[in-house]
Amino acid sequence: MRMPEPDAGVISRRSEIIAALGAIVAGEGVIFDDDELGAYECDGLTAYRQLPLLVVLPETTEQVSRILDFCHLNGVKVVPRGAGTSLSGGALPLADAVTLGLSKFNRIIEVDFGNRAVVAQPGVTNLAITAAVADKGFYYAPDPSSQIACSIGGNVAENAGGVHCLKYGLTTNNLLGLEMVLINGEVIRLGGKHLDGGGYDLLGLITGSEGLLAVITEVTVRILKEPQTARAVLLGFSSNQAAGDCVAAVIGSGIIPAAMEMMDKPAIHAAEDFIHAGYPLDVEALLIVELDGPEAEVTYLIERIEAIAGDVGALGVRVSWDENERQKFWAGRKAAFPAIGRITPDYYCMDGTIPRHRLPEVLNRTAEMSDRYGLRLANVFHAGDGNLHPLILYDANVPGELEKAEDFGADILRLCVEVGGVLTGEHGVGVEKRDLMGEMFSEDDMKQQQRVKCAFDPDGLLNPGKVYPTLHRCVELGRLHVSRGQLRFPDIPRF
Amino acid sequence: MSESLGPNSAEQVIEAVQWAVSGNASFEVLGSGSKRPYGRPCQASQALDLSALSGIGLYEPEELVMGAAAATPLSEIEAALAEHSQQLAFEPMNLSALYGGGGGAGTIGGVIACNLSGPRRPHAGAARDHLLGFQAVSGRGEVFKSGGRVVKNVTGFDLSKLITGSFGTLGVLTEITFKVLPAPQKLRTVLVIGAGDGAAIQAMNKALQSACEVSGAAHLPAAVAAGCGVDRVSRAGGAVTAIRVEGPAPSVDARCRTLRGLLEEFGEMGQLSSGDSMALWRQVRDAVFFAGDGQSQVWRLSVPPAAGAETAAEILDAIDGRVYYDWGGGLLWLAMAPLADAGYKAVRGALKASGGHATLVRASDEVRASVPVLQPQPAALAALTARIKDAFDPKGVLNPGRMYEGL
Ligand SMILES: Cc1cc2nc3c(=O)[nH]c(=O)nc-3n(C[C@H](O)[C@H](O)[C@H](O)COP(=O)(O)OP(=O)(O)OC[C@H]3O[C@@H](n4cnc5c(N)ncnc54)[C@H](O)[C@@H]3O)c2cc1C
Repeated sequence: MRMPEPDAGVISRRSEIIAALGAIVAGEGVIFDDDELGAYECDGLTAYRQLPLLVVLPETTEQVSRILDFCHLNGVKVVPRGAGTSLSGGALPLADAVTLGLSKFNRIIEVDFGNRAVVAQPGVTNLAITAAVADKGFYYAPDPSSQIACSIGGNVAENAGGVHCLKYGLTTNNLLGLEMVLINGEVIRLGGKHLDGGGYDLLGLITGSEGLLAVITEVTVRILKEPQTARAVLLGFSSNQAAGDCVAAVIGSGIIPAAMEMMDKPAIHAAEDFIHAGYPLDVEALLIVELDGPEAEVTYLIERIEAIAGDVGALGVRVSWDENERQKFWAGRKAAFPAIGRITPDYYCMDGTIPRHRLPEVLNRTAEMSDRYGLRLANVFHAGDGNLHPLILYDANVPGELEKAEDFGADILRLCVEVGGVLTGEHGVGVEKRDLMGEMFSEDDMKQQQRVKCAFDPDGLLNPGKVYPTLHRCVELGRLHVSRGQLRFPDIPRF
Repeated sequence: MSESLGPNSAEQVIEAVQWAVSGNASFEVLGSGSKRPYGRPCQASQALDLSALSGIGLYEPEELVMGAAAATPLSEIEAALAEHSQQLAFEPMNLSALYGGGGGAGTIGGVIACNLSGPRRPHAGAARDHLLGFQAVSGRGEVFKSGGRVVKNVTGFDLSKLITGSFGTLGVLTEITFKVLPAPQKLRTVLVIGAGDGAAIQAMNKALQSACEVSGAAHLPAAVAAGCGVDRVSRAGGAVTAIRVEGPAPSVDARCRTLRGLLEEFGEMGQLSSGDSMALWRQVRDAVFFAGDGQSQVWRLSVPPAAGAETAAEILDAIDGRVYYDWGGGLLWLAMAPLADAGYKAVRGALKASGGHATLVRASDEVRASVPVLQPQPAALAALTARIKDAFDPKGVLNPGRMYEGL
C-alpha cells in the first residue's frame, strides 16, 4: 500500500509540535513515547501498521479547535480516530501526522425522551447509547457487530450499519445533528433535535466521510421504542442458491424483516463450535430472519415466511422459543468473525454490496475464485440488503499469502461492481479499497468528490491517503477547462 | 428572460451548461416548473427546460429499486409503482394546491432537488433517505455520478445526500435511482377529538414513544379541522389529533387497539377507515387546508417535536395566523395574512430557544426576494455553503439566487 510521502520537515519539528499541543491539552493529553504509540499503530485492518508522529487526546471541542487550527497553520496532517475498529484502515496513522483520538469524549450529554433523541460525545460507544435509554424500553437502532467497542463518532464517520439496518436504516438515517470542527478550527453545528436542517444536507455529507472533511465532536441520534415482540427464525437450506432464492422471495413478497442474515457452511460450523447457538450443522446455508412488532404481526409474518421458505425448499425451520433463545441465535451471528478467527491464523473481511437477485451467482463465482486462489472462504452477511462479507482465510506467516488474499479480495469486489453493486456497504473505503475506486467511478466523478473535500480542507491535511487513489491539488481541481463559446449542438431545441 | 433551451439528452445538457459557463448565460433549471414558487426567485438569463429527459429506465419491484430520467412526472412514477403495490415511502408533497393548482405534482427531479417529504418522514425517512444514486451535470459542464442502485453503499462521499435539497444549485440532475417500498396492506387512522395543542403534542409523543410504529402523527386545531375535506374530521366539532397506523392487517388492528387505550385520556376517540385515511393524510401532506384563495403567506417550520406547541403559541402571539402540526409536533404549517416582511422576525425569533428552521413556502415573488426564504445560516456555515457551491458551480450558472441571495 503506497501512502503519501511523509513530510520530512514536519517530522523534524516533532518536539515543537509536541510542546505546542501539550500546551493545549494539559496533563496526559499528548502521547509520544514509542511504546505507548504502539497501541495506535493500526485499526481493525491489522495488515497495515504505522506509528503516528504522535497522538493527542483532547477533551473539549475548544481543544479540538485549537489543535486543528495549530495543525492547519503549521501544515501538519491529522488523522481522526474513534475506537480504532475500522476494517478498512480509515484510522491508519501516518508517519508525519498527528492522530487525534476522541476517546476522552466519552459522555452522554443528554437523554431527551420528549424528542426521542440522545446527544452524545463522539467517543461514547454505540452500545452505551442503548444502555443509557434501555431502562425506559428504548434503544438506538443501528447495531454493528462491533457495538461494544466502536464509537458513535466512528459510526458517523463510516456510516456504520448492522443486522437491523434492513428495517431501521443505517447511521445516516438515524442521525439528527452533530457538531464538527473544520481544519481551520471553525466549529459548526448541523441539525439538532428537529428534522431536515434546510440548506445543503451537510449532515448527510459528513456521514460516511471517513474523517476526510471534519472532526466530529458531538452527535445527536434518534432513539426508538423496543418492539413489543421480536422473534428470530432459523431457516436451513441445501444450497447457497436456495437460501439466496428465499431472500429474494421474502423481499419480493413485500415483507421487510427487521433483519435477514445469511451464513454459509464454514461460517455456520465455526460459529456453532464457538457459541453453541443451536444452528443446524447438516445444511449448506442458514438464514436468520428476525420479525418484530406487535405479537399479532410477528405471528402472521412468521407464518408467511415459513410458507415462502417451504416453497423454495428449506430443509428446516426453527422459531426462537423465548427471548433467551433469540439472543442465542444472534450471539452466534454476532460472534461469527471471532469464530472464524479461531479456525484460521488470519482472515480478511470484504464488504461489497450487490443487487439481491445476483446473490446465488456471486456466491458461486466467489467459490470458484476460492478454488483458483487456493484460499478458503467463509460467508456471513447482511443478505436482506445484499451486503456481502466474504471472509478470506489466510496465514500471514506464509510468504505471499497476504498478497494473494488481497488479490482475491479485489477480484471479489470487482465482481460486485460488475453485477451492479458497490465496493463497500458499511466498512468504508479507507486505505483498503482506495485503489479500487476507479472500478466504480470515473476520473471526473472522483475529481468532483475531491472538490467537495477542497471546500472543507483546501490543504488536504485531514486524513490524506485515504479513500481517493490520486491526490489532486485544490487549485488544479478548481480550474475550469471550457473552450467552447458556442453551442456545438445547434439542434438543442429552443423555445 | 430570453429563450429557453430544451436539451434532449445528458450530452445536450453538458453542451448547454458549457455554453453558459463560457460567459453567455445562467439557467433557471426546470423539470415541469411546478415548484417555481418554492424557494427564492431565481435570477437567471434563461430557462433550461428538462422536460424531454423523461421515462422510467429501471424498475425491479422485487429488488425495491427504480431508476428514471430526472424530469419523469411523479404521477407516472406513482402509477407504475401502484401496479406492483409499491410506493415512495417518503410521501413526496404535491404543492400544486398551495400554488394554485394546474402545476401538477411535478417531476421526480424536482422532488429530489427540494427534498420534499410528507407525514411519514419521521418514521420512514425523507426523500434524501431514499435516493440511491444519480447522474448530474455540474455547473462546470461536467457529468458526474454518485451512489448506485443498492441500499447499502459507503463508497466515496455521499453526494446523493448533498444533491438532495440543493434546489438545482449544484448540478442539473439527469438520472435518478431510488428505493421503493411495498405499500401497506392495511391503513387506519386513530383520532383523538378535542385536545388542545399542548395536550395533543403529549398525545402524539405518547403514540410515537409506544411500540406501535406510528407512521403519521398530526394535529389539526379546531379551525383547521373544520376545513378538512374528510367529513369525520370536519364535523368532529373540535380539534382533531390523527395517528396513522399501517402494515399487515392483524398488526394494524392490534396496534389501533393499543393506541386507543393509550390515548383515551386525551379526548373522545374515533377511527378512520382506509379511504378517509388516505384523503386526510394527503391533505395534511399538501397543506391543502391553507390553499384558500392563494393570498395568505405560508411558512413551514421544522422544530424539536416537544417544542411544537410553544413555538406556535409564541408566533401566534405576535402574528395573526393559523397553524397545524405534522411529524408529531415537529413540523408546523403556518398561514398568515400577508405582510411585507412575512413576519419573519416573529417566526424565526420563536425558534431561538428550541432550535429548528423555517421556510417561507408561499409569498409573492417580491416578498420572497427580500425575506430570506430558507433559514439564514451562521457565518461559518454560510461560508462553507458558498465554498461547496463554488466546488460544483464556480461561475454560478445554475439557479443563481434560488436558495440564498448571491449564491
Ligand atoms: C469485529 C468487528 C465487527 C464489525 N462489524 C461491523 C458491522 O456489523 N457493521 C459496520 O458497519 N461496521 C462493522 N465493523 C467496522 C467498525 O466497527 C465500524 O466502521 C465503526 O463505525 C468504526 O468506529 P470506530 O470508533 O472504531 O472508528 P475508527 O476505526 O477509530 O475510525 C474509523 C474512521 O472514522 C474516522 N473517525 C473516527 N472518529 C471520528 C470523529 N469523531 N470525527 C471524524 N472522523 C472520525 C477515522 O478517521 C476513520 O477514518 C466491525 C469491526 C470489527 C472489528
